[in-house]
Amino acid sequence: MTTTSDTYNFDPTAPADSRRSGGITGWASRYVDERTGISYVVREFGRKIFPDHWSFMLGEVALYSFVVILITGTFLTFFFQASMAEVTYDGSYGPLKGLEMSAAMQSTLHISFEIRGGLLIRQVHHWAALLFVASTMLHMLRIFFTGAFRKPRELNWVIGFVLWILAMAEGFTGYSLPDDLLSGNGLRIIAGMVEGIPFIGSWILWLLFGGEFPGTAIVGRLYTLHILLLPAAVLAFIALHLVFVVTHKHTQYAGPGRTNENVIGVPVLPVFAAKAGGFFFVVFGLLMLMGAFFTINPIWVYGPYDPSPVSAGTQPDWYIGFADGALRLMPGWLGGPGGVPMEFVLFNTTYSLNILIPIVVLGLFIVAVMLYPFLEAWVTGDKREHHIADRPRNMPSRTAIGAAGVAFYTVLFFGASSDLIATHFKVSIESMITILQFMLVLGPVLAFFVTKRICLALQKKDRQIVLHGTESGRIVRLPGGEYIEVHEPVDEYERWKLVAFNDYEPLMLRPNAAGRIPVTERARAAISRLFFEDRIEPVTSTELEVARHH
Amino acid sequence: MNDEMKPRRRKHGRRSPLASVALVLTGLLMTGGAYALFTAATPASASVDLTSTQTIQEGKKLFAANCATCHGLNLAGSDSGPSLIGVGAAAVDFQVGTGRMPLAKDAAQAPDKPPVFNDTQVKQLAGYVASISPGPGIPAASNLTLTGDATKGAELFRINCAMCHNVAGAGGALTEGKYAPNLMETSPSHIYEAMLTGPQNMPVFNDDNITPQEKQDIITALKTQSKSETVGGFALGSLGPVAEGLFIWIFGLGAVVAFTVWLTAKAN
Ligand code: HEC
Ligand code: HEC
Repeated sequence: MTTTSDTYNFDPTAPADSRRSGGITGWASRYVDERTGISYVVREFGRKIFPDHWSFMLGEVALYSFVVILITGTFLTFFFQASMAEVTYDGSYGPLKGLEMSAAMQSTLHISFEIRGGLLIRQVHHWAALLFVASTMLHMLRIFFTGAFRKPRELNWVIGFVLWILAMAEGFTGYSLPDDLLSGNGLRIIAGMVEGIPFIGSWILWLLFGGEFPGTAIVGRLYTLHILLLPAAVLAFIALHLVFVVTHKHTQYAGPGRTNENVIGVPVLPVFAAKAGGFFFVVFGLLMLMGAFFTINPIWVYGPYDPSPVSAGTQPDWYIGFADGALRLMPGWLGGPGGVPMEFVLFNTTYSLNILIPIVVLGLFIVAVMLYPFLEAWVTGDKREHHIADRPRNMPSRTAIGAAGVAFYTVLFFGASSDLIATHFKVSIESMITILQFMLVLGPVLAFFVTKRICLALQKKDRQIVLHGTESGRIVRLPGGEYIEVHEPVDEYERWKLVAFNDYEPLMLRPNAAGRIPVTERARAAISRLFFEDRIEPVTSTELEVARHH
Repeated sequence: MNDEMKPRRRKHGRRSPLASVALVLTGLLMTGGAYALFTAATPASASVDLTSTQTIQEGKKLFAANCATCHGLNLAGSDSGPSLIGVGAAAVDFQVGTGRMPLAKDAAQAPDKPPVFNDTQVKQLAGYVASISPGPGIPAASNLTLTGDATKGAELFRINCAMCHNVAGAGGALTEGKYAPNLMETSPSHIYEAMLTGPQNMPVFNDDNITPQEKQDIITALKTQSKSETVGGFALGSLGPVAEGLFIWIFGLGAVVAFTVWLTAKAN
């Protein structure tokens, strides 16, 4: 036996009963372990530490909703027919009897009205899809605002970003499958967007739809994407995402004993695993309740797709809303109706800027989300590893940029429901659109500055508390007759949170070896100034010492 | 002191899911309550003979007192109201019966509100207007039996009405502050009269355009739909994906976050 080769555990000289002790469970676990070596994995993984904070569980919610989607989706595939063949509806829903529709619509109605539990599973599937994207985005916001995307986790941010895009694609393909009027309208909009791309748009459309819109192929194709390619991709990326989470270990908030080199929390086994397992059932149960009590996508009300009718209040599922909103908020003319039209013909090609500009803006927004970690790293020039999550206030510029992004996205989302806002709040749709157009530009700017000021103010307050303690409200009269208010010093545990954070300074421009300052460095310095010009420095130990003897 | 802090904090962590449960319950109750309100049936119209002299006389008095300032006693109209020549009993029954008339204040569109007059008075007004200048009459009860073909009616509705009123009849926005209202609470006779008279920004669907039988089909479809919406549970106002999206963010994610707080709070 050489030292490099693996050794076998089997020891033929060991007494037979020692291998058999532990009853049936002991026997079973030994049986498995001797053949798979799983105990090593369990031991290693079971000792992984996860810090306890509610905001660290949002990613789990996304994971669990995805599992629910897989389970319920499998059920739905048993009965769904992804075909656009014309059939005459003869199911049990009276108001559609005798109507021509596609087999896809008919089978979805069949699932809803004849299959036992079908409607429940359909609704749970759809609610879970909404929760999947919502929790994914909340999770992304948490990562963003705590700076958990910094080295070494930048790549995992990109993987998570891809998961977000995949989740939206999954949602949209699924939403279109029943071939009902509402989703058909949505598909028509997407088709229009694709057609709006000059030169290649029509080609892409023909490729996607196998001919003119709507054709007879699209549902089948979307189905293949929806149940084969996209879920496989989501699973692969989730696996990658989790492998990275385990190798990087979890970030933690600053606190006593928590350093950049350790993780303090509970080990996966047994407490965390039990909690996480239980939490899965909580999420599943919640989704079941929602599916049982709240209608979602009542396709029987919408009726089968037919290209001629278009319903008022046609909206996509919420996570596509921002794209719909971008289209709605794009003016058709520059300078109001009658001004410069945004769609014109040049050399026999139609240019629809009213479609192209939203596509470009959305593209830039999405790419900015993906690349932000690299941008920030470039600006700060920080090449260190970071395992301590930032408190959002301690990185005012990042937090402000995030708030601006949220404002931008939210305005776009409300743009998609401008008609509903108009009718519900009794304003005209034109003024609603104008207000939202202004807000789309001003909102992010306003959000940026307000957030930044709030962060700086909070930092200032923290500084005050560390140096001078909190006001106790107790007034004391000194022997000399003077009145003072007693300040209670903040306790050490609390103080840890308040003083432990990174402080960046604006970049100083220095000529390089050739004695010149390259343009990129100038740009970097400019952005760096924007980022860090206003800042509150963390309390130093000297200051603390001085304050204590004060 | 530290020991005192602990249980209190734990209690804090526990309270949130209860609060969220309470929230969900309130949401449920409110949706349910609103639903019950919306589906409450409108009383059937009392039978009043529109052509009797007494009806017309009463109607004339009411009209002179409440409508003539804007529409003129001879229906010729004025600066503040259009002429009512040829609008017929159907238009009056619709406008006054849904509370749109008498007009309260100048807005983009006369909104429906609780009717000022009772059913008999509405019929008296209708009788008076019809007696001066005939027009489309109030539909006969035989046209409102709700025994039409719901499938055909729903299809007609999708083709002729959904672009303004939304496929589910939930209503929709039009330009300049005008809107097509929600149709779920509208009574069959008012639906019929709306098609017949085309109030304000709604086009007229006369009997050549949509036959009386087809009108019945549409009404049947609308009424069937307002009942069958409960199939999947609470309908969230039939507002479609926007309502669903808000629901998942506020209640779905709200409940989930409450649970995460609870789960992590207990470990402290
Ligand atoms: C304050 C002025 C005002 C008063 C009072 C008023 N109306 Fe009107 N009415 C209007 C205006 C303005 C319109 C047109 C806009 C609209 O249809 O909402 C109108 C429209 C109508 C129409 C629809 C006409 C059509 O072309 O279909 C009818 C019917 C009607 N009114 C009946 C009445 C009756 C009956 C009363 C009394 C109970 C009444 N109105 C009181 C201002 C008034
Ligand atoms: C061009 C848009 C448009 C179309 C198409 C349209 N409507 Fe309307 N409808 C309106 C508007 C606007 C009103 C509000 C009128 C008012 O307030 O006087 C309305 C009002 C109504 C009302 C009265 C609702 C209430 O509760 O007071 C009914 C019923 C109605 N429509 C039914 C229909 C039906 C049925 C069709 C199809 C055959 C249809 N509408 C087509 C715009 C439209």
